[in-house]
Amino acid sequence: MTENRSLMRRLFEPKSLDHQAPASKVVTYGLLLIWSLVVLVPLYWVLITAFKNEGDVANGPFYLPFIDFQPKTDAWHFMLVENNTIGPYINSVVVALGSTFLAILVGSLAAYALVRIRFRVKLAMVAIFLILLVGVIVAVATFGIPWEIALAVAIALFVIALFTVGRRMKLSLGNSDVEFWIISNRIMPPIVAVLPIYIMFQQLALLDTQFALIATYMAVNLPIVVWLTRDFFAAIPIDLEESAQIDGASKLRVFFTIALPLVRSGLVATFLLVLILAWNEYLLALFLTNADAQTMPVLVSAQNTTRGPQWWNMSVLIVVMIAPVIIIATFLQKHIARGLLVGAVKG
Amino acid sequence: MTASATTASDTAPRPGLAERFDRHAGRLMVLPAVVVILCFALFPLIISAYLSLTRFALAPGGFTLKYVGNFNYKKLLFGSQQYHLLGTFKAFGVVGWVLVAAMAALILFLLGRYFMSGRATIFGTIGRLITSSLAMGLTVLVVATIVAGGVPGTMVTTLIYVGVGVAAQFLLGLGIAMLCAQAIRGRNFFRVLFFVPLMVTPVGIAYTFRMLADIQKGPFAPLLQSLGVTQWSWATDAWSARLMVLVGDTWQWTPFMFIVLLAAIENQPRDQVEAARIDGANGIQIFRDITWPAIAPVAATIVLIRLIEAFKIIDLPNVLTGGGPGLATESMTLHSFIAWRTQDLGGSAAVGYMLLFVSTIVCVSFFNFMVRPARRLES
Repeated sequence: MTENRSLMRRLFEPKSLDHQAPASKVVTYGLLLIWSLVVLVPLYWVLITAFKNEGDVANGPFYLPFIDFQPKTDAWHFMLVENNTIGPYINSVVVALGSTFLAILVGSLAAYALVRIRFRVKLAMVAIFLILLVGVIVAVATFGIPWEIALAVAIALFVIALFTVGRRMKLSLGNSDVEFWIISNRIMPPIVAVLPIYIMFQQLALLDTQFALIATYMAVNLPIVVWLTRDFFAAIPIDLEESAQIDGASKLRVFFTIALPLVRSGLVATFLLVLILAWNEYLLALFLTNADAQTMPVLVSAQNTTRGPQWWNMSVLIVVMIAPVIIIATFLQKHIARGLLVGAVKG
Repeated sequence: MTASATTASDTAPRPGLAERFDRHAGRLMVLPAVVVILCFALFPLIISAYLSLTRFALAPGGFTLKYVGNFNYKKLLFGSQQYHLLGTFKAFGVVGWVLVAAMAALILFLLGRYFMSGRATIFGTIGRLITSSLAMGLTVLVVATIVAGGVPGTMVTTLIYVGVGVAAQFLLGLGIAMLCAQAIRGRNFFRVLFFVPLMVTPVGIAYTFRMLADIQKGPFAPLLQSLGVTQWSWATDAWSARLMVLVGDTWQWTPFMFIVLLAAIENQPRDQVEAARIDGANGIQIFRDITWPAIAPVAATIVLIRLIEAFKIIDLPNVLTGGGPGLATESMTLHSFIAWRTQDLGGSAAVGYMLLFVSTIVCVSFFNFMVRPARRLES
């Protein structure tokens, strides 16, 4: 018995950490199979419902296409041709890609500077800035001063302070403080910020535009980009950048030509994660769009109130919405998982 | 030699724009991100604070904001909206008192241990007092609404989503990751398959689970009917409706826990596991002494990430149940959204701020008292 087992162990050792008894192997596969069903059944049901019509749904559950019901493309025709699904779909694509691209650009720029270039921000200036910001808001909100004037006065005061008080103060914030501040913004629930953002875009007449969504999504996903990419930058060797700098390249040039290409795979992971977050985002789109810039999640959720539970049409929408991300997930799963892991390990 | 001297003297007296930019490159490269965060986070946060102190009213040609002090907060915490945010209270029973006393004893014990350790600092003490008072307050709230038979408000509902949901996702994710980390065939297949739900839009998940749970037309309808369930609907019972939200959320987020924990388990020190196995350690011992210490920092961090995101839940309850029955499944974000829709901007901002307050304290406490010790465990 013992010899037998040691033989088995030798057989399995190079391939794996451990070897299981047949009984526990059956249990393992059984449990994995159960979870596979948990994952697959909802997806399968949406997929087949998209090929049903009203009668197929109303006459009780049918499970197998071609066997207990004939798949039909009525719902597809209705949603994609008669109904305006293409508009929101294009909105979703534009907003997700645009905001993700900008978030990566702005976020990785900041993350690189925070990792590589040491700088200090005077604490006193931060305090003065905050006081002036609150001052402007109070002046506009309670005393009815036009916001242009209040803003101009505040900027003038800030510049004066920068050259007088700013130079004397010693206490300052370092890179890690700025970094922590940027990342910690992710804790803020978007519902707290969305009302003023709504008012802001309303004042700028940008409500219900793709621009408003791109800007807002970029802002909410920026902390994630900074948080993930800073670890990628910290992991690359500094020598190449230093030698380029000695050759006279500016820091910005070093960033774009040397640092950025080196963290390419990390950027891909971050890009995919943020893209998926932007693609699925619901709350901000609900507030900031109405008809023109409506995105897919809002369109899907709107199906409920306008025409009751028409499962077949809704399933079409869900399928067209999740198909691209599932394809991405299937082929690039390793990249995304790596991005998640880097974030979780370094925190 | 001469050439280098010339270049040096060429560049030195001419601090051009590019060079001046380069000197401040660090600050300038961070600037766009800071401006974006200022415009979309800090600035709105201050405006929101102001809004929460006002009453909004539509007026001819626009709207008016009337300063009302802490009226909105008073209404939510003690006044006519208390039932909505906090719930309807009942007097504690014996179980309730026991739970509250147990929590108080635990907090006092932990605080006492901290003071006795001789490492107490002013900031540490203040932080611990804030955490303890919030923990105590939330315990009393949960006991007064759920345990004592009252009606939970949106804050308790959100806490249920966060606490129960994240715990279920973590345990399921860990369990599946442990299964997948074994030497099995088709590991990569399972890895890709189990990852998929994370990608699905929450709104889509909500509708899908409504379809699946349909008593008449859903795929499980024949099964339920054969069990005699024909009239009952999960959407009309508070706890089954909450359970549906939790099921949808867990379906989506278990893959997140799974994928990260699996990678962490695969990174554990293999030689130690081998050695332990040769010494005859069983699975539980290996998990407790080798695997868990190796994955604890990652585990604590991903739980923190999920805590942060779970407090923001709105899509699932809004689409799955619309917050009903009554306000049984209404999360705080949904509460705030509903207040906004009824033109109660001040109330909406106040609810948002309450959410910010609770979620920030919970997340920061979790970071300080769970994630940091877990990271120390590793080193």
